[in-house]
Amino acid sequence: MSSSLPTDLAKEAESLAEHCRREGLDFYPTVFELLDTEEVNQIAAYGGFPQRYPHWRFGMEYERLRKQHTYGLGKIYEIVINNDPCYAYLIRDSAFVDKKTVIAHVYAHCDFFKNNIWFSQTNRGMMDEMANHATRIRRYIERHGLETVEKFIDTCLSLENLIDPHSAFIHRNRPHRQRMAEPSAPDAGPPDRATRFPAKSYMDRYINPPGVIAEEVREAADQQERDKDKLPAKPVQDIMLFLLAHAPLEDWQADVLAVVREEAYYFAPQGMTKIMNEGWASYWHSTVMTNYGLRADELITYAEHHAGTLATSPGRLNPYKLGVELFRDIERRWNTGRHGADYERCEDMQARREWGKGKEPAGRVVGRGSPGREKIFEVRRIYNDVTFLDEFLTPEFADDQKLYHYRYDPSTGRMVVVDRDFDKIKQQMLFMLTNHAQPYIYVLDGNYRNRGELYLGQRHIGVDLDIKYAIETLKGLQKIWRRPVHLRGLIDGEPILFTYDGQQSSQQKIDDSVDAPAHSVE
Amino acid sequence: MKIHKDHQRFRQIVRGKIREDLRKFLTRGELLGREGKHVISIPVRGIDIPHFRYGDNSDSGVGSGNAQPGDGTDADGEGVGPGGTQEGHHILEVEVTLDELADILGEELELPRIEPKGRKRITSEKDRYSGIRQTGPESLRHFRRTFRRALRRHLMAGTYNPQNPRIIFERRDKLYRSWKTVKEPQSNAVIVYMMDVSGSMGDEQKELVRLEAFWIDAWLRRNYQGIESRYIVHDVRAGEVDRETFFRIREDGGTRISSAFKAAWELLQSHYESLEWNIYLFHFSDGDNSSDADSRECCTLLRDHLLPGINMFGYCQVASAYGSGHFINVLHEHVEDTENMITTRVNTKDDIYDSIKAFFSKGK
Repeated sequence: MSSSLPTDLAKEAESLAEHCRREGLDFYPTVFELLDTEEVNQIAAYGGFPQRYPHWRFGMEYERLRKQHTYGLGKIYEIVINNDPCYAYLIRDSAFVDKKTVIAHVYAHCDFFKNNIWFSQTNRGMMDEMANHATRIRRYIERHGLETVEKFIDTCLSLENLIDPHSAFIHRNRPHRQRMAEPSAPDAGPPDRATRFPAKSYMDRYINPPGVIAEEVREAADQQERDKDKLPAKPVQDIMLFLLAHAPLEDWQADVLAVVREEAYYFAPQGMTKIMNEGWASYWHSTVMTNYGLRADELITYAEHHAGTLATSPGRLNPYKLGVELFRDIERRWNTGRHGADYERCEDMQARREWGKGKEPAGRVVGRGSPGREKIFEVRRIYNDVTFLDEFLTPEFADDQKLYHYRYDPSTGRMVVVDRDFDKIKQQMLFMLTNHAQPYIYVLDGNYRNRGELYLGQRHIGVDLDIKYAIETLKGLQKIWRRPVHLRGLIDGEPILFTYDGQQSSQQKIDDSVDAPAHSVE
Repeated sequence: MKIHKDHQRFRQIVRGKIREDLRKFLTRGELLGREGKHVISIPVRGIDIPHFRYGDNSDSGVGSGNAQPGDGTDADGEGVGPGGTQEGHHILEVEVTLDELADILGEELELPRIEPKGRKRITSEKDRYSGIRQTGPESLRHFRRTFRRALRRHLMAGTYNPQNPRIIFERRDKLYRSWKTVKEPQSNAVIVYMMDVSGSMGDEQKELVRLEAFWIDAWLRRNYQGIESRYIVHDVRAGEVDRETFFRIREDGGTRISSAFKAAWELLQSHYESLEWNIYLFHFSDGDNSSDADSRECCTLLRDHLLPGINMFGYCQVASAYGSGHFINVLHEHVEDTENMITTRVNTKDDIYDSIKAFFSKGK
């Protein structure tokens, strides 16, 4: 499969693939290509793909990468694309051992793409799809002019974080088969059925009292009647989809918006599993390289570059390091039985430290040959970064890794270490990862004040929106919606309504004089 | 490569934004002090794509290391805090070469390219450290490369002891930096800045001069490979100073402009042969000369000595609360019909735009 590799490297790739498979990794066929630095910078600027639609921000990213490279501030070692077959790029002028390490690293990424549940809904033909997107957008540029299309893409991109990354898994609006069979008004749909608990027939009357049931049905019907004219029927997080369905877009505009949305959804799982994905790949490249892949004369170069990848600098968390250490910690804990109720309840520090001593498997473990290995394979299948840290970040681990919590100190203008309190560290990390550290924004009303105005609201989880950015984004949104747009945000504890009506932007405190939208997410 | 199109488009957008804001940059002095040797970083508004994002009260995060509570992390919070500055700020710092900036200035002000006189290009030699070799002085030893070779040798020889990791360099381990000699063109143009630092020139006036001088510098540097700048200050006497002093100095006393012209004339005679050098003289003053006799002497100096040999003499008169501002009129009366003298008045920062345009629209 390693088509464009020179023979010696192709042979190594094949043998590394064999070792990875024996270790239990299960990956798509992988196509490697050798590129020089300039080409790699180009592909990295394109988000890993050789073909993207024309847009200046790729050029901006390219300039950033190139500068970073020239000043020696950062170097790209590998690029891998979630696709079937997987595509991966190696740097032509890197050392032979670097290429081998990257190959092993890539196989593990590939295994992660294929097996982690959060990637299960991604398009595995994205390579072609991206090229199609490019062709479509080029066609629109020919027809409508570069500036027009470019401006519109800019607007769409400013909304690209307004998606619902979980929506691929939950079909919230899927019509219920049984309900479809019931006769009902075709437009409104039947009211939700009341809650019925399973009960033996003679108990049914008591467990599901008919009066209560009837009441519930009536209430649901009332609710539905009240919501009949509401658009949307419930708060909507996938704002891009809402715009596709309801904004007055021309055909080409709708298509461009759909393209941006599709790509945002494609990249979303990679944002959700950054720590796990890099940790998993680092775990396996180091396992495979140190056990099978290295020749004696390559050891030092390998060690230097491996250490470089996993290096931490103060005030910064390295996802490679955090991920690989967590996977190793999980493996160790499950090998020694340091999990479960008995271990959690044990308060004798001595006993905890000695727990499971001697149970560690002796010698080399291959594949899932130990409880620890079994566990990490399970973890790579069903977790994402949030659940991964939530479940497996322990006080001992935070201690080992010397994690601390820092905060901006306005008096000195510096970031200052606050403390090493585990709960705070964990809370902060989970907060950083939840919803990719993006604010939760919902459509609350698509026909606000019955004037066709759009009303968005932030579900506030402790952090205010950046006001300047919010206003700029509203301006873009108004171009798509064409009627005035509003955003409800909480600033310093006060509910504020930001409005842009196409001419000017304004903000006002929300009190009783301000009309309420159809829904609320408070 | 395909990306070049996107990259060009990006640069085009950046240039467009800078051009839009050029008048602002010309007048506000935001760019002063930002210039490196060849590039200048310019804050450009509204290039980045805005998103709904978290604001300032999210400036906290998690890091790792040995720091004690209260210590700074020396991090900017990038990538770790929930603010996730990955998007960058809405005001983007873009690096532009000084040449590019001068081009934008030229386009916006519709300045013609300068035709240099005397095609003679002098080149000089310079050393650049860019290679590695096996021999050299110890002061140029490349430590990391040497260490790696020594470490490898120890490992292969089996003399490396992890408990006591001592590495001893041998002669064959050592690698040294080496240099290449490159030729660089040397300057063939000189700018002589003269400034009146008498009591009537206040901070506000000096700020105007600084700004004006920055743009004069930018444009002339674009037009000549290498360029030299000399600085002369005067009150009743004149003297040459360095750039720093030129913009900082505070003097009192009267004004005798002829002293500066004399100093410039001596400088040119001793260092800059007018046949080989493109010479630019700029004089900044509030135009409040001490006596008419001195003003007339200035005109004689200009007509007879300075103007014949130089590309251009620019006189820029800044408004001051004290000065009579009469000198510019004297110049107009007594030194007419010369092409290479240009006078402008700069009363406020907004006038700089037109002043630059007046100086260089003839392409000299």
